Amino acid sequence: MLPELGQVTLIIALLLSVLLAIIPLYGSLTARDSLQAFARPLGAGQFVFIAIAFGILTNAFLVDDFSVAYVANQSNSLMPWYYKFSAVWGGHEGSLLLWILMLSGWTLAVATFSRRLPSVMVSQVLSVMGMVAVGFLLFILMTSNPFDRILPNVPADGADLNPLLQDFGLIVHPPMLYMGYVGFSVAFAFAIAALINGRLDAAWARWSRPWTTVAWGFLTLGIALGSWWAYYELGWGGWWFWDPVENASLLPWISGTALMHSLAVTEKRGVFKSWTVLLAILTFALSLLGAFLVRSGVITSVHSFASDPTRGAFLLLLLAITVIGSLTLYAFRAPVVHTRAKFGPLSREVFLLLNNVLLLAAMLLVLVGTIFPLIADYFELGNISIGEPFFNLTFSPIAVVVGILLGVGIFSRWKKTDEGYLLRKMIVPTVVSLVVAFAVVLTMGSAVSAEGTGFWSSFSLWAFFGVLSASWCAAATLQDVWNKSGSRHGRLHGLRRQSRSFYGMVLGHLGLAMVIAGATVVNNYGIERNVRMSPGDTATVGDYQFHFDSVGEREGANFTALVSRFDISRDGEPVSTLYPERRRYVVQRNVMTEAGIDGGFLRDIFVAVAEPVSSDAWAVRLQYKPLVRWTWLGALVMAIGGFLAIADRRYRIKDEATERRKATVAGGAGAEGRPAEAGV
Amino acid sequence: MKRALLFLPVIVAIAFGIFLYTGLGKDPQELESALVGKPVPAFELADLKYPDRTLTPEVFQGQVSLLNVWGTWCPACRDEHDDLIWLAEEKGIRVIGLNYKDNRNQALRWLQDLGDPYQITLFDPQGKLGFDLGVYGAPETYVIDKQGIVRYRHVGVVNPEVWEEKLGPVVRRYQQEGS
Repeated sequence: MLPELGQVTLIIALLLSVLLAIIPLYGSLTARDSLQAFARPLGAGQFVFIAIAFGILTNAFLVDDFSVAYVANQSNSLMPWYYKFSAVWGGHEGSLLLWILMLSGWTLAVATFSRRLPSVMVSQVLSVMGMVAVGFLLFILMTSNPFDRILPNVPADGADLNPLLQDFGLIVHPPMLYMGYVGFSVAFAFAIAALINGRLDAAWARWSRPWTTVAWGFLTLGIALGSWWAYYELGWGGWWFWDPVENASLLPWISGTALMHSLAVTEKRGVFKSWTVLLAILTFALSLLGAFLVRSGVITSVHSFASDPTRGAFLLLLLAITVIGSLTLYAFRAPVVHTRAKFGPLSREVFLLLNNVLLLAAMLLVLVGTIFPLIADYFELGNISIGEPFFNLTFSPIAVVVGILLGVGIFSRWKKTDEGYLLRKMIVPTVVSLVVAFAVVLTMGSAVSAEGTGFWSSFSLWAFFGVLSASWCAAATLQDVWNKSGSRHGRLHGLRRQSRSFYGMVLGHLGLAMVIAGATVVNNYGIERNVRMSPGDTATVGDYQFHFDSVGEREGANFTALVSRFDISRDGEPVSTLYPERRRYVVQRNVMTEAGIDGGFLRDIFVAVAEPVSSDAWAVRLQYKPLVRWTWLGALVMAIGGFLAIADRRYRIKDEATERRKATVAGGAGAEGRPAEAGV
Repeated sequence: MKRALLFLPVIVAIAFGIFLYTGLGKDPQELESALVGKPVPAFELADLKYPDRTLTPEVFQGQVSLLNVWGTWCPACRDEHDDLIWLAEEKGIRVIGLNYKDNRNQALRWLQDLGDPYQITLFDPQGKLGFDLGVYGAPETYVIDKQGIVRYRHVGVVNPEVWEEKLGPVVRRYQQEGS
């Protein structure tokens, strides 16, 4: 009975979102407050019914209701409860329901935290979000119903979840990622609302900013979790594969990063309005495109969902309506009036514009690389593979330049920056980053290069520029903090005076520096050895000795595992003991490699035991991965920066702040008045 | 004039949408290789089992073969493995493996564990032949005729339905040719 009820609640939610898409919008266009007042209750109601549907599906998993086709395909009675729980979003239908749940959650959040906004704006934003919800609810009900039954022949047990997905990473990775994807729908809705009522102004940018930043923060976390999961779960020790699905999450991330920066310019200076609106539309469109690429089967990927042309066609239609509709609106309504604001060639406006240009170039590269098989086929070039080499060769230089420009741009000022001033500011970061880059490249290079200690044999130009860019970006950011925190009441007072959004920006940039540093070092100086080992053998990788001590067995909930013991030492000093596993999953008869990883801030030691090569010898992959953790830690720091920025006082106690600003309007004591606010 | 420029995004979007739509119709599982009708690209690769033995396109001469691209890193390859064994043993099809971007020890162990449907396995750790063939992802299976000419390409898992509907007819056609 319950699954049918789930379907009914989804239908009710669809009806509510249709009403949400129409009534408040109509009310706002005809200036009827009574109709606009429906926006919040409808948004809340939609959330409640979708949450009930999600709860019912979750319940079906927890009680092993294999009469539901989706449950039978994704779950198994032997799985521990937490994997049954996460299996809800392990397949296409359930992950789509999660997506919709998130969308309605964001709608509810906008309804709740927008008390200060004009009612017209709120109505229109919620209506636009209602439209998006209508599209996705139709999609799930018409093509991907998670509540479909297998009757009358109910299977005795489920097919089990793909063992790759039976992992903590899967419990948290998709929800984070979807929070990000779907979160960009808020920025999109704000942009559309602003286009509808013609209010593309600083206020619009200010309202959009926190939503964009928080969605971006979730997406950052989601991507980092996915990368981390691939690292330890796929058993290969790589952290980024340029897989179409990974790329699909990177596209809106890059575009969202550009949007955050562009929104800052629009808020502070009132320029780039058309551009910012376009970016908001583009970012959400790329989120949808990602969903399309992953679920339509247009592009084959290691982890794409079972492909289905009907779903692909439906998603493409959704994408087309959203994108063409909003871009047509844009073409008619975007302001063409040339803004009066003037800015010089070295102004912060120009640096942020350059940031946007570079980010968009990077985004286009990733997009082209991802859909290249389609392009090649379209122009009948044959099926040409482009993979990692293409991305590494084209993406890395852009990342390096972004890092370098960031370090310059951070010292620039709105409107106009004095050249001499800029050059003086750059002295310390230049010296620091050159020293760091040479030091890192020379020490790590000589540690890795096997033959000789000659200068050029150990010098890698790529590594040099990567480390230079990262340390430059970090040094410039820290110097900026140092400069801004000067105060006659002492340094500590100066540091306290800075706003949270300033520290958010600082963390965002330091996080980026960490990611660049980590990616450069691990890709250039990581060591990987594939060896054949028997218990008792010892192998050396870099400075570390890996001693294969013994093998044993262990029973898991739904698998049996062969556990090996490796003792790792360095110059005779024990470092750690690792227990990599080979798991054989009973139901799906899959074998999975669980790597043994000794993680550290500066390096990871990675042992994966692969197939046995004889009765007592195994193929073993040993890896030394310096700074690999910095890629995820950097992303974490970036995301924390984003969350810190939206915790800024000016967003937090909105009403009180408005009141206070009104009271002290002459004093200019409002949050926006402080110099630190120049930070973006 | 400026207003006209603002229509550019929507025009680009529509063009891109049409492009994606054509891609949707085709579906990569159906993508024809540019190599269809042409000989297998030249290669010199080691035999997976006998590293000292060098293999060239000669291996395709004289008999219709399936060239199956696989790797131990590819979960879908595990799914199709039993069906490849079925093809080799029950249907008597000559299957040649292309071990793609893989590790020799792992690959050998895989064949030992799961059975070996391949008469010959080419070992291509750098993906050289894979690149020349235009492999986008494993598994992929090619039908190669007696003269070593590529006749069909299938992207994705091979199973009895794929065999009956797609690969089987092609194989049978070229088996009859000139016999």
